[in-house]
Amino acid sequence: MTIEVRNIVKKFGSFTALDSVDLKVGKGELLALLGPSGSGKTTLLRIIAGLDWPDGGEVRFDGENALARGAGERHVGFVFQHYALFRHMNVFENVAFGLRVQPRAVRLNETAIKKRVNELLDLVQLAWLSDRYPSQLSGGQRQRIALARALAIEPRILLLDEPFGALDAKVRKELRRWLRSLHDEIHVTSIFVTHDQEEALEVANRVVVMDKGRIEQIGTPGEVYDNPATAFVHGFIGESIVLPVDVRDGRVELGGKPLNLEPQGAGAGPSRLFVRRHDMQVGPAGSGVIEGAVRRVRAFGPIQRADVALPGGEGETLIEIDTPRDRELNPGDLVGLQPRRYRIFSAST
Amino acid sequence: MSGGPALERMTQGDALALYASGPWTARYAPDLETLVGDVEKMNSKSKRVLIDVSKVAKLDTFGAWLIERLSRSLAMTGAELRIAGLSANYSTLVDEVRRVKETPPPDREPVTIRATLDRIGRSVAQIGDTLIGIIEMTGALLFALWTVVRHPSRFRFTSVVHHLEQVCWRAVPIIVLITFLIGCIIAQQGLFHFRRFGADVFVVDMLGVLVLREIGVLLVAIMVAGRSGSAYTAELGSMKMREEIDALRTMGFDPIEVLVLPRIIALVIGLPALTFLGAMAALYGGGLVAWLYGGVEPEAFLLRLRDAISIDHFMIGMIKAPFMAIVIGIVACVEGMLVRGSAESLGQHTTASVVKGIFFVIVMDGIFAIFFASIGK
Repeated sequence: MTIEVRNIVKKFGSFTALDSVDLKVGKGELLALLGPSGSGKTTLLRIIAGLDWPDGGEVRFDGENALARGAGERHVGFVFQHYALFRHMNVFENVAFGLRVQPRAVRLNETAIKKRVNELLDLVQLAWLSDRYPSQLSGGQRQRIALARALAIEPRILLLDEPFGALDAKVRKELRRWLRSLHDEIHVTSIFVTHDQEEALEVANRVVVMDKGRIEQIGTPGEVYDNPATAFVHGFIGESIVLPVDVRDGRVELGGKPLNLEPQGAGAGPSRLFVRRHDMQVGPAGSGVIEGAVRRVRAFGPIQRADVALPGGEGETLIEIDTPRDRELNPGDLVGLQPRRYRIFSAST
Repeated sequence: MSGGPALERMTQGDALALYASGPWTARYAPDLETLVGDVEKMNSKSKRVLIDVSKVAKLDTFGAWLIERLSRSLAMTGAELRIAGLSANYSTLVDEVRRVKETPPPDREPVTIRATLDRIGRSVAQIGDTLIGIIEMTGALLFALWTVVRHPSRFRFTSVVHHLEQVCWRAVPIIVLITFLIGCIIAQQGLFHFRRFGADVFVVDMLGVLVLREIGVLLVAIMVAGRSGSAYTAELGSMKMREEIDALRTMGFDPIEVLVLPRIIALVIGLPALTFLGAMAALYGGGLVAWLYGGVEPEAFLLRLRDAISIDHFMIGMIKAPFMAIVIGIVACVEGMLVRGSAESLGQHTTASVVKGIFFVIVMDGIFAIFFASIGK
């Protein structure tokens, strides 16, 4: 099943939650909607599910207008952040619920339902919990049951709203690997919402980065990480060193001093220089395009982290760099910094 | 130097120089306050002010704040200000203090005509929203009812029985007790006041008419609004909070049909039953008091009751009950569906549900009173 979202607009009073969003999701894809809170990602997911209606635009499933159908008629499986399991039913009944209430013409008989539920519980590896109640399960188990329940009706599309948001870090890591392998097994078109970049980059085929109701970039995890389209994406994904620079006459200046860097098409005026932390090469004074003085050094594990003060227009700018542990650095040392790769974006974008 | 903090003043023409020295820390707070206060009160006419802090031995947030306060009050007089001798160690502290807003935001909005009008307007708009919500819910409910009538197999009979137990069966003891006591009180008050006119026996008339027509149904409806209306709101609201209602919708259920309809049907069946029980308990209580306190023999009481009341009085009370049930149920479910993510919102809507439920019950009773008066009953 393909999903196509065209020009979707959604407003809550005077607040624009989605500002003409376009998106295409291919068959069998696992797509991540990534963005900070308030970026409109959950609203978009709810509109696709039919839980909210947009103020304008189209949603098409395989070219067919989905907005003409209610949530129940779209054959969508939805997994909620807080599981939304029915508390008065045991695990088996929760999973079977969607099957029992199908229209009589397509409803399975009791033996078939039993078989299907057991298959699903095997799929999520929790068959041994079938007669427990949701309150007796851990968060990770509940979420897997919620996923089994969503899959029970053989949805054409699977939507997950921050599925691992309420779980602790370790369980979350485990579950996202499990979700990836599950998706490889069942290949249902899926969209999941997250604000955890690591989760999005690790699990998804493609990542949609959203901010303030707009899509900033759509691409594979590699593309989004290596070639951020906008300053927001560069700042949001991965750890970056950001320096305020000025572009003047095709040259890049830091605190009035020209740097030997390419402006990369950024227009004249205040801009920002983004360098991934691991792309910043640290050498002795004079070895790089930027000079700075070490202020503090902290060492842990295989790396040491140093605060380096750079001269700037208004006072100094403090940045944090990583260097190997074996390189001796002391507060007060002068170092030269050479970005191996960098991006410059105009401050206005 | 004595070890305490100091602030020396030096004036040169229109320039003022202030030399701070010693420890500027919270330990010397009283001294520092006086020093800085004196300079502030001095009200100098100086055009240029220099604050030299190079001799300050120790500085903490308190000292930094005083320096900042001093520079602010001097800046208010329009002087040109410079702080000199600030060491790198302390500059961050002073910068941090500088970010503190000069005047804290007011705790409350000032009471102005505009704000008052604004609040009144909002309240009126909220009343409108409540009415629209009730009308929407009624429509959705009628649609759900129609669906169930067309597909009786979709009707959730078990759920109705469950809610009937909750709102009706389990409410019996408390309802019977309260109405019994109210019946006693009415009879006692009636006897106490009627006795002066020698009209003891008319207590039976008053008790019969009042309980069957008004008190029975009204009291039971108010009790049910408080007991079951709030429960409905809390149940639906917490389901809404945990996204269970959204989950139902994605699985192809109409939450109105699955959750609201059985609850309201249970109320419509339960409330008249409770009203009947309540009225009987009130009459029993009244009769008991009339006998023990007023000396009206049970036979005389029953005889008088038979004369005083007709089946109409009883019917009027009973007819009102299902309508009250619908109003309570709809208001409670509307409020439940309005609950948003937080527990605070759940509490607010539960309270609103009870208040609005009781309000609409009383309004409804008034409308019925007008209606029955105009048809001459």
